[in-house]
Amino acid sequence: MALKERDAAIVGIHEFPLRNVEGRMTSAQIKAASAERALADAGLKWSDVDALYDASEAGDTTGMALAEYFGIHPRVLDTTAMGGSSYEFHASHAKRDIGAGRAKVALLTYGSTARSDSRAIGTGGGRAGGGSSPLRNMEVSWGQTLIASYALVARRHMHQYGTTPEQLAEIAVVTRAHAMRNPEAVKAMTDLRFRDVREITVEDVVKGRMIADPLHLLDCCMISDGGGAVVIAAPEVAAGCRHKPAWILGAGEAVGYSENGRDITVSAGAQSAPLAFAQAGVRPGQCDIAMMYDSFTITVMTLLEDVGFCGKGEGGAFVQGGRLRFDSGTKPALNTDGGGLSSNHPGMRGIFLLIEATRQLRGDSTSQVPGAALAVAHGNGGQLGGRHAGATIVLGRD
Amino acid sequence: MPDASRPLPSFPEPDTQAFWSATAAHELRYQTCRACGSVVFYPRGHCTKCGSRELDSRVSRGEGSVYTYTIVRQNGHPFFSTQVPYVLALVDLDEGFRIYSNVIGLDDPGRDMQVGMRVRVAWEDHGEVALPLFRPA
Ligand SMILES: [Zn+2]
Repeated sequence: MALKERDAAIVGIHEFPLRNVEGRMTSAQIKAASAERALADAGLKWSDVDALYDASEAGDTTGMALAEYFGIHPRVLDTTAMGGSSYEFHASHAKRDIGAGRAKVALLTYGSTARSDSRAIGTGGGRAGGGSSPLRNMEVSWGQTLIASYALVARRHMHQYGTTPEQLAEIAVVTRAHAMRNPEAVKAMTDLRFRDVREITVEDVVKGRMIADPLHLLDCCMISDGGGAVVIAAPEVAAGCRHKPAWILGAGEAVGYSENGRDITVSAGAQSAPLAFAQAGVRPGQCDIAMMYDSFTITVMTLLEDVGFCGKGEGGAFVQGGRLRFDSGTKPALNTDGGGLSSNHPGMRGIFLLIEATRQLRGDSTSQVPGAALAVAHGNGGQLGGRHAGATIVLGRD
Repeated sequence: MPDASRPLPSFPEPDTQAFWSATAAHELRYQTCRACGSVVFYPRGHCTKCGSRELDSRVSRGEGSVYTYTIVRQNGHPFFSTQVPYVLALVDLDEGFRIYSNVIGLDDPGRDMQVGMRVRVAWEDHGEVALPLFRPA
């Protein structure tokens, strides 16, 4: 494949293995531990880092405090905080900053103790909020849970396109099948005391407890601890690294929010993905791997459409029949690590999309697609039915 | 002791203060732009289409249709945990603005709720403000 842009590549990755640290580690410690492993994976040193990207998720250790905590003096600092999509934004910015010659080795880290803190994510409860703001004042009184925002999209998608609960369930089924092949995901589900650590069926999903109609328990992501790190480097650095580079070929960014008359079945991805694919010079249909942010099954269906794997409203038919399995023989394979639904969701899982896409391009996934050469990672942060951010990263190997 | 009452807007808050003050008189207000005619909602100090700060405040008839909804069956919040199952909806008012709210007054939301259902505002008084909830029209 003729790769157009080559100004930056993912050269180091690490997924922090524990999903429940039982209160014995902080987010910042998870970030530091992951950074050390990802730099070792790349064959680079702590002191090689000259650009630091942080989503300010680790309590007081945000931005400037993170550089201090790590003990590094980067030339580029970026504290873009876009919820779960922050890491796709960071990868986009690292490509830009390295391409402009402002840095050579970019470090992205993530750490969360959402599980230990019993924080509300997947099936969790209401959002509290102090202080006054127009957003809080217009939204605080209605009992809008996180999942409810996604359920609003799912209901409208069903109304507008005839999408069924069974079609949404297909996404949970294929993701669980991939998770069962990933020992870290199996351990995660075991450690988090899932009732059944096994492959699931469409019936398991739709017969499950309803959390917010039309979304059932197994339509929702897990709540785990976790974290990870990604190292992105300039071509001359990448040439000396331990693994083949996963080139960042294209990047796109967007936000979406509730507006009068807006079609909420269309996410920010419909704006960010065409930018990323245009820059990469490839089409969605060429991608072997689709790492789509799976906070809920409806997120994936919406993103598959918006990223361009099928038309708007066609997602229901597109996901049927195990088509997205790694071994289906059709492109793309979806969330081959087991995703947020069945492997790892500490609240902001965008970094894992980059990590698993890189594993696939290296040939190292536990659900490896033979010869995988092109991958897309799309992060979605915030609330799909309301205020959210989307960023698309297209990755390819030599 | 966790607060088991419904969360309410809080003040001072310059953008939404006039909207909430009007609710005490059971007026559901929205804004239109004097320069370009756009409907602005949620309430703000500027037009979201053209940036003009010349906005008129109008009173809605309080009638519209359900754009989408969900029936929330799980919520850990001390108040809302006592309300489940309840209906969260986006309502499109006939004047062209969309609002988050609850649809109340249904015997069986799972059976009776429909996208596109006609609804009318139903006020829930809380002293200084009233919350615009909706009932089937
Ligand atoms: Zn205007």
